[in-house]
Amino acid sequence: MDVDSETPGAPESRIYVDQQGRWKHLYNVLSKRGPFTDDDWNPGPEPINALEHSKILGAGGLGCEILKNLALSGFKDIHVIDMDTIDISNLNRQFLFRQADIGKPKAEVAAAFVQKRVKGVNITPYVGKIQDKDEDYYMQFNIVVCGLDSIEARRWINSTLISMVDEDDPLSLKPLVDGGTEGFKGQARVILPSISSCIECQLDMHAPRPAVPLCTIATIPRQPQHCIEWAHQIAWQEKRKDDTFDNDNMEHISWIYNAAYERAQQFHIHGVTFQMTQGVVKNIIPAIASTNAVIAASTTSEVLKIATSCNPFLANYMMYAGEEGVYTYTFEAEKKPDCPVCGELARKMNVDPNMTLGEFIDSLGERAEAQLKKPSMRTEEKTLYQRFPPQLEEMSRPHLGKKLADLIEDGEEVAVSDPAYTTTFRFRLHFK
Amino acid sequence: MTDAFPAALTGPTSKERKYDRQLRLWAATGQQALEDSHVLLVNSDGPLGQYNTGVTGVAGVETLKNLVLPGIGGFTIVDPAIVTESDLGVNFFLEGESLGKSRAEETCRLLKELNPDVEGYYYVKRVEELLTDPDFLPQHKLVIISGPMRRSTLVPLTQEAKQLGIPVLYLHSVGFFSTFSVQLPAEFPIVETHPDPESTQDLRLLNPWPELVAAAAGLNNLDTLDDHQHGHVPYLLLLLHFLEQWKHSHEGNAPSNYKEKTEFREFVRSQARTSNPEGGEENFDEAAAAVLKTITPFSLRSSIREIFEMDQCRQLSASSQDFWVIASAIKTFHASHGVLPLPGSLPDMKAQSADYVSLQNIYKTKARQDVEEVTATVRHLESQLQRQTPAIPDRDIEVFCKNAAHIKVVLGRDIPQISIDSDASTLKTIRNELGVPDSLIPIFIAMQILDSVVDEIQSSSREEERSVDDDALWNSHTERILALLTGADGSAVCQEARAQIARASKELRRAEGGELHNISSLTGGLVAQEALKVLTRQYGPLDNTCVFDGARSKSEMYRL
Repeated sequence: MDVDSETPGAPESRIYVDQQGRWKHLYNVLSKRGPFTDDDWNPGPEPINALEHSKILGAGGLGCEILKNLALSGFKDIHVIDMDTIDISNLNRQFLFRQADIGKPKAEVAAAFVQKRVKGVNITPYVGKIQDKDEDYYMQFNIVVCGLDSIEARRWINSTLISMVDEDDPLSLKPLVDGGTEGFKGQARVILPSISSCIECQLDMHAPRPAVPLCTIATIPRQPQHCIEWAHQIAWQEKRKDDTFDNDNMEHISWIYNAAYERAQQFHIHGVTFQMTQGVVKNIIPAIASTNAVIAASTTSEVLKIATSCNPFLANYMMYAGEEGVYTYTFEAEKKPDCPVCGELARKMNVDPNMTLGEFIDSLGERAEAQLKKPSMRTEEKTLYQRFPPQLEEMSRPHLGKKLADLIEDGEEVAVSDPAYTTTFRFRLHFK
Repeated sequence: MTDAFPAALTGPTSKERKYDRQLRLWAATGQQALEDSHVLLVNSDGPLGQYNTGVTGVAGVETLKNLVLPGIGGFTIVDPAIVTESDLGVNFFLEGESLGKSRAEETCRLLKELNPDVEGYYYVKRVEELLTDPDFLPQHKLVIISGPMRRSTLVPLTQEAKQLGIPVLYLHSVGFFSTFSVQLPAEFPIVETHPDPESTQDLRLLNPWPELVAAAAGLNNLDTLDDHQHGHVPYLLLLLHFLEQWKHSHEGNAPSNYKEKTEFREFVRSQARTSNPEGGEENFDEAAAAVLKTITPFSLRSSIREIFEMDQCRQLSASSQDFWVIASAIKTFHASHGVLPLPGSLPDMKAQSADYVSLQNIYKTKARQDVEEVTATVRHLESQLQRQTPAIPDRDIEVFCKNAAHIKVVLGRDIPQISIDSDASTLKTIRNELGVPDSLIPIFIAMQILDSVVDEIQSSSREEERSVDDDALWNSHTERILALLTGADGSAVCQEARAQIARASKELRRAEGGELHNISSLTGGLVAQEALKVLTRQYGPLDNTCVFDGARSKSEMYRL
């Protein structure tokens, strides 16, 4: 509709005309069929209405971009969760934050900014962890879009949304759109809980970096990083065990840096810098505005398509790498029948029968298919190791020194739980 | 080296803290290059007829957002448009009060808020007027143009930039589709390409220099070492040691093919002690795992050979860029030694600290010697050429030597167009791509048709108002573009390809030339990524065209 041809009339009709003018480009697309739209899709009021009445949840480090994009995609009711406060190192990419905002909660500053800039959108911030909220809370949304920076939070929201699916209630199925970045690389994926491949099915595609063996750190450092790990993991415990280490405290980082530097001098190792110390201690991942823009926009573009059906949405994974030209790879990740969260079967895991239970438990933190940091476990018959309550921990502790072969049968199933997740992970252990 | 212990801690500056996450990607040199750059954004070229204000310019502004945040020196927005209601629904860098004001001024103001270190300027006029000042364009290190743009503006702008050696990015974002192309200078050299660290290992096990040979010779007592020592011999020395043994039993030859290498690997593996409590040795595992990758003679990659053979490298002059002078010196080094300068880095491996450090020093020392040799050649060339420019910094020579196996020269190409002046190879590539199933090239063609439609609307008299979605216009320009794609043998575009182009056009026309914020934001991210790589001269820029399909969530690169 043409703004210039507007005739003076009641305020309501003017608002309507203004809205038409404001959303002209978006509504044009929603009001016409395209070559890829479904045959039974009705362009016009239906998708526009769906857009205006969808309630969307955004979370995580890509939040600034996600909020801007959702607001300018015509969504009106947006909620945002973020537990972080604004740090100076966010300013190179999280474009809603200024120097004067440092220390304030991200969710509140971002929500207020976008709500002020884009008229008619309502953004509700929550400062806290996604884990603070329960199923009732998540049930109110139509779509959840996440740019979370921890794999743990991703796995938590994934299993929560999957456990909410009630086959008799289509509204209980909340599509999850996930994005993540690292330097010039990133990925976007769409998960239909219980229907398509989930974050847990794809866990081994995001393997953790192997940790440096403790003996290297303790006795034979060779790299500057080994000296930093020593200062962080060993020296701090020895010299300052009464202070809780805080990686945002400059004095703490400086202490680690000095300790690491001194150790490096002893061993004639070069290259310990303050920047490297921070990088190792805080496990810093490089991040830039442009990659965040690419990944956040691909997730919100999928949200728009899911909400309005104006084009087919991503099925189901797009990876992106920008170091060498512009490379993307779009494919359908498979749903795994032995996925501990959305599958029916226990996942196979090959283990060395001579390994002790303690070693096996430690290895679960690093194994790409598990990535569990504080596992407890039991077989169908008995408890192998239980961290809580203390009496049970004490009772099961002697098992830690025993060999797996002395505790379980080849091919036996173990149920693993971890305080970070609500799911029980089932693994079938096969002896190598 | 004597590193003095820092008496008082000097933590990072507030600028280093602000840019910490990106300095880990392009370091201080890349950051300096950004801060020395002023970027020009030509964000529209005037209205499309009486009612349509023209290109909405969101992708252009989103691109600048991603350059202002990491801290380019400054930017200038050229945009004659006035802010309308529909701009507010798609452009985040406008607000209610912007209505009726200059879009260049308003977007400039709100972008500047993102980073106080960045300067922003704007012009409320068409770029054509600015080009009459010969000093205008040379102030910029990069030109970004938001299409569609009439040819009578685009061609002189890109040609002038080409003559000045200024890179250009030309982008379109319409509905669910976007395309963009990079125009680089004729030769665009990159030293810091940041290859995967795995692929950069150069350990020279088959042609060790005397100090490395001597270090391996020290292992003759391997059998007499106790378990602890035996389990901590760096794998690299193990491989050198066992290679000598192998050569004795193989007429002095190292394993040269896959079969021999796997035999050698088994031999290495068999030498590990298994009677210890661990039942094996990690350093021997590392050695066995490294055999296939490291027991390979040095060979010059063909891309580097091509660079050595380029005229710029063979025929230096007083005005040659630093890159070519160093490249020529490296070529001389390769001619006399048969290898490139040693990068000097050593992967981590199981070893005692002191043994590892001394092995590392053998590599570092050799690398330093190689740099010294190349530097001497560079200095000799500089005086021979009587260059007027300042001496090439030592650091640049050192960085070049370290990256010598991975340097890159992109041969710049013009912004691709389907027109009567088009490069024959561009048209041929497009025709060939049309035969590829699921190719995204029909989207590029549809964008070209849109360019052509816009060109006609903007060039015709104002009497006759025609929409960007006018069927007759689209049909005639579609036929015109398809005719241009007719092969040299007269073969027309086939029916299936025509149907694909029609589908792409249909999707494009849903937007009536307008932008969707998500797609423009994504495109602004991709384009900014290319801008960063071009401005820092690091990583690998796009060569030369990218098509993004937001309907099917995928992209492709083409060399057009």
